Amino acid sequence: MKLLDLNKTPTIDKVGVHERVNRFCSRSVKTSAKIQGLYLTLSMIDLTTLEGKDTPSKVKHLCYKAQHLHDSIPDLPTVAAVCVYPTLVGIAKKELRGSKINVASVASAFPSGQSTLEVKLADTKFAVEQGADEVDMVISRGKFLSGEYNFVYDEIAAIKEACGNAHLKVILETGELDTLDNIRKASDIAIYAGADFIKTSTGKISPAATMPVTFVMLNAIKDYHKKTGIKIGMKPAGGISNSKIALQYLVMLNETLGSDWMNKDLFRFGASSLVNDVLMQLVKSESGIYQSLDYFSKD
Amino acid sequence: MARIEVLKTYKIFIGGKFPRTESGRYFHVKNSEEKLLANMCLSSRKDFRNAVVAARKVQEKWANATALNRGQILYRIAEMLEDRKLQFIDELILTGSSKPQAKKEVELSIDRLIYYAGWGDKFQQIFSAVNPVASNHFNFSVPQAMGVVSVIAPNEFPLLGLVSMIAPIIVGGNTCIILSSEKNPMVSISFAEVLNTSDVPHGVVNILTGKRSELIDHFSSHMDVNAIVYCGNNEKQILNIKTLAVENLKRSYIYKKTNWDSDESQSPYFIEKLQEIKTTWHPTEV
Repeated sequence: MKLLDLNKTPTIDKVGVHERVNRFCSRSVKTSAKIQGLYLTLSMIDLTTLEGKDTPSKVKHLCYKAQHLHDSIPDLPTVAAVCVYPTLVGIAKKELRGSKINVASVASAFPSGQSTLEVKLADTKFAVEQGADEVDMVISRGKFLSGEYNFVYDEIAAIKEACGNAHLKVILETGELDTLDNIRKASDIAIYAGADFIKTSTGKISPAATMPVTFVMLNAIKDYHKKTGIKIGMKPAGGISNSKIALQYLVMLNETLGSDWMNKDLFRFGASSLVNDVLMQLVKSESGIYQSLDYFSKD
Repeated sequence: MARIEVLKTYKIFIGGKFPRTESGRYFHVKNSEEKLLANMCLSSRKDFRNAVVAARKVQEKWANATALNRGQILYRIAEMLEDRKLQFIDELILTGSSKPQAKKEVELSIDRLIYYAGWGDKFQQIFSAVNPVASNHFNFSVPQAMGVVSVIAPNEFPLLGLVSMIAPIIVGGNTCIILSSEKNPMVSISFAEVLNTSDVPHGVVNILTGKRSELIDHFSSHMDVNAIVYCGNNEKQILNIKTLAVENLKRSYIYKKTNWDSDESQSPYFIEKLQEIKTTWHPTEV
């Protein structure tokens, strides 16, 4: 295990990042490559519902959708995971029994992260006991912004321990970190503290995931891999609402980290409305007719 | 010193914005002496797709606006057009109308907007009914907006034809995507500027310029379009529309007539055609 030296965390050239990202957006992905990309996108989605008004029936509905995205297209992949609040993990777990879809749960006082470590650990342990395969935690942004990096690091490490075998995704909430330099620093802290995945946002703050932010995080993953050979996963979440944007993210992923990362074990989309847009694109490319949401199941 | 000529760039109108066509293509509009008047956007199916997204997004909100408010907005369009009357007359003369013809067309267009503005909160009463039923129910039928309508505007009367299409569609709470007159599309984009200053919510009216032959299939087949209106006589195109519209049971209306300046070209039935009738059975006391 290499130690983290924040003095060696590189500073970010903002203009350069935007220039590079614009290049990714200009790639033309058409016909069979597009279809392949859309299938891959579907398989990488964490179908998410994180609302105060979530009910057991809404989660059941979501789990059904996860397994039956659009039955009139044969051989569709399922989504990677269903992401819910800890109290609903048990229900999701039961509904998804027999499928290969994971249950992910947010924990650690999501979405603000403003609570004590004891509460966060209890929250995490509860989610894992309920059967969560993946835990999405939030970092303490307040502490991070006031420069208490050790606190943030220790907290992530403690929660990682509480996760046991469950995969840990660390949400940086980049919309609150202000600068790309901060985002790179937070990425490094999360990775070195034991994150299996780093994730952009909770979806509760605007801006959520953007390509420049994701690009900076991908580069943190790349540097760590160079140094240690360990592959960390990436999950942009929030704001990725249509297929075109999703394909641009995949282009960026492939050109930054390479094809090793092009699978659901190392890359996820946190989204819900993305699914129907991808499905509409798939039906459109088969039939040649533009589609309507009226003919796809509601999120 | 001679001034440098300032020519207007005609673009298309989608979601309250004036983008260029995503395809980057254009076509020439010439007058009868083959003099180039303007380069118009040659819209592609993707422009149409974007327009449908814009129209769908705002449709519910537009349908939920009060009937009075929709009427007021139509009246406002008429006011704005009245204000820019001379510009429209000049533009029509440029493309081949005589001065009296052009003046008549613009004035009729304004009057037609006012005609439909007046119907805005009245057609519901004409087309609603209380139905006698043989059970303890209060049974009534009311018209409701159909949704998103695609329109192939008449080639004749580039302004009046356009207005005769738009007004009855939107006053009933629908939103629309219009392919303007292929022969004479310039005035449709100037009219979009009028719409854009008349409190019409963005996306309620979207105007494309281009070729019927390229776009008509998508206008007819798009699953998120609820009705199509076609003005013209091309039997092959009409058959095509009727065939493709079946997929999502789109309503299709074909107008072969060309006399858009006549009195019979304005009627509340043009509104009613783009309404669905909803019937409600309300239980009453035994």
